[in-house]
Amino acid sequence: MPSSVMPTSPLSSSPMAVSATGLRKSYGDKTVLDGIDLRIPAGSVFALLGPNGAGKTTTVQILSTLITADGGQARVAGHDVAASPDGVRAAIGVTGQFSAVDGLITGEENMLLMADLHHLSKREGRRVTAELLERFGLTEAAKKPASTYSGGMKRRLDIAMTLVGDPRIIFLDEPTTGLDPRSRHNMWQIIRELVSGGVTVFLTTQYLDEADELADRIAVLNGGRIAAEGTAEELKRLVPGGHVRLRFSDPAAYRNAALALREVTRDDEALALQIPSDGTQRELRSILDWLDSAGIEADELTVHTPDLDDVFFALTGSTDQPKEAVR
Amino acid sequence: MSSLAHTLRDSSTMLRRNLLHARRYPSMTLNLLLTPIILLLLFVYVFGDVMSAGMGGGADRSQYIAYVVPGILMMTIGGTVVGTAVSVANDMTEGIIARFRTMPIHRGSVLIGHVIGSVLQSVASVVLVGAVAVAIGFRAPDATALEWLAAFGLMTLVALALTWIAVGMGLVSPNAEAASNNAMPLIVLPLISSAFVPVDAMPGWFQPVAQYQPFTPAIETLRGLLLGTGIGDNGWLAVAWCLGLTALGYCWSKRVFDRDPK
Repeated sequence: MPSSVMPTSPLSSSPMAVSATGLRKSYGDKTVLDGIDLRIPAGSVFALLGPNGAGKTTTVQILSTLITADGGQARVAGHDVAASPDGVRAAIGVTGQFSAVDGLITGEENMLLMADLHHLSKREGRRVTAELLERFGLTEAAKKPASTYSGGMKRRLDIAMTLVGDPRIIFLDEPTTGLDPRSRHNMWQIIRELVSGGVTVFLTTQYLDEADELADRIAVLNGGRIAAEGTAEELKRLVPGGHVRLRFSDPAAYRNAALALREVTRDDEALALQIPSDGTQRELRSILDWLDSAGIEADELTVHTPDLDDVFFALTGSTDQPKEAVR
Repeated sequence: MSSLAHTLRDSSTMLRRNLLHARRYPSMTLNLLLTPIILLLLFVYVFGDVMSAGMGGGADRSQYIAYVVPGILMMTIGGTVVGTAVSVANDMTEGIIARFRTMPIHRGSVLIGHVIGSVLQSVASVVLVGAVAVAIGFRAPDATALEWLAAFGLMTLVALALTWIAVGMGLVSPNAEAASNNAMPLIVLPLISSAFVPVDAMPGWFQPVAQYQPFTPAIETLRGLLLGTGIGDNGWLAVAWCLGLTALGYCWSKRVFDRDPK
């Protein structure tokens, strides 16, 4: 397959750790990736956000050379994934969705196995192993078979193994799925530390707060296409502004209010009204003045600013989604 | 590092991993040893006299020991490599294989580690079963050191050939149960070879089945080397079978392993 050079924008100051154009993959007649483009600057955290079955894992598998794409091109750490997979492999570390540890041997043996495969000397291998086991709180469990580890411990061992080769780009496929809240926060801390060490992190997640918390840039993947891409702030700006929600307990009061305030969205079942608002103090004051002058007294008033949930549902909801172009 | 040194180093790392598995979980290896030992004891102590009489040697089971041991040794190899198929199939369901595939290591080293580990296990199993045979009276008084060496060489070659086939079987099996079923021929073929009775003593219609399969020439060659019976063409046939199966198993395994995982 002839590999063409990716066009790189002359404006980009930092080199791209990952770039892809038109990646496609199908299994049988099921299209999993329908032409996706990615550009991830080195040293940043990129989150690929999407519901189950959106194609997140497939994207990671292609970029990490585990599987081949049907179409499109991708370069990781400057190497074409199809033409020079070993160049890519030397630069990356992958922690898949399902734990990639050898359950039959101990945590320490898993680490030493990685050290051997990275051709470290015996001494260097022992040093790195001890250091990483310590860093991930696994020293005590080091001599136990990995199959006896808890989910959180397995995930930590998995990442420790990924770090043995000192990768410049790390792929984390749903690193916190199935973890309890505490392990999840531990994992976030680990990911932040990785980033401060200068590596590029490509993570997939189905949790919006996780992407919001960790990522510099977020791409929303839905049905094999990138539905939107940008910073968390940029994505939030994609959905209509926030609103003030008024809830009533008395149906009569609700009806009167709904008649008096015409430019509102009604939610008859919840007896609630939504007034568009950007949530600033000035707007809130004018809304309150307006309510006072109309003699309306709500039982509850809440200010709602758009979050990634709104973005996510707006972008991935099936109701107001534009029909996909026919292939 | 040169690519050959790279291959050797990664393969020996993988071999260490497989030997660690085998040492940590010896139960499967030992289970697989039970079958040939039980068959050996059964055929010698229960059927031995009848078999010996049927083959024209009088009702003397000590003579039948000499006949049956080479067959049992080959059978031991067949049984050991069934374990290989199962452990390869198990291994492929592990996440760590996906990790290996995304690391800058020699790709075939995963399989080579399995193969070498399994050949070593086969040789160890043959030695153990052989020790039982000697304990119950098997002797090869006329075999020279060279013939013993050739006998071990032949058994190693058979183990290598069957292991590559078993690795392929393990790779195409979705789980351990399927692998164990797919590898069944490696258990059945020695049963219908010249392991227990000479091909001449079988019904005419069945003789080609026993004759034209890899176990019969290998067993006849081993008999010739240890007991001084005539080898004839069996030596070349056995080596040809082994080389052919090794090449086939290697190419098959490599092709399956190089495919994208599901």
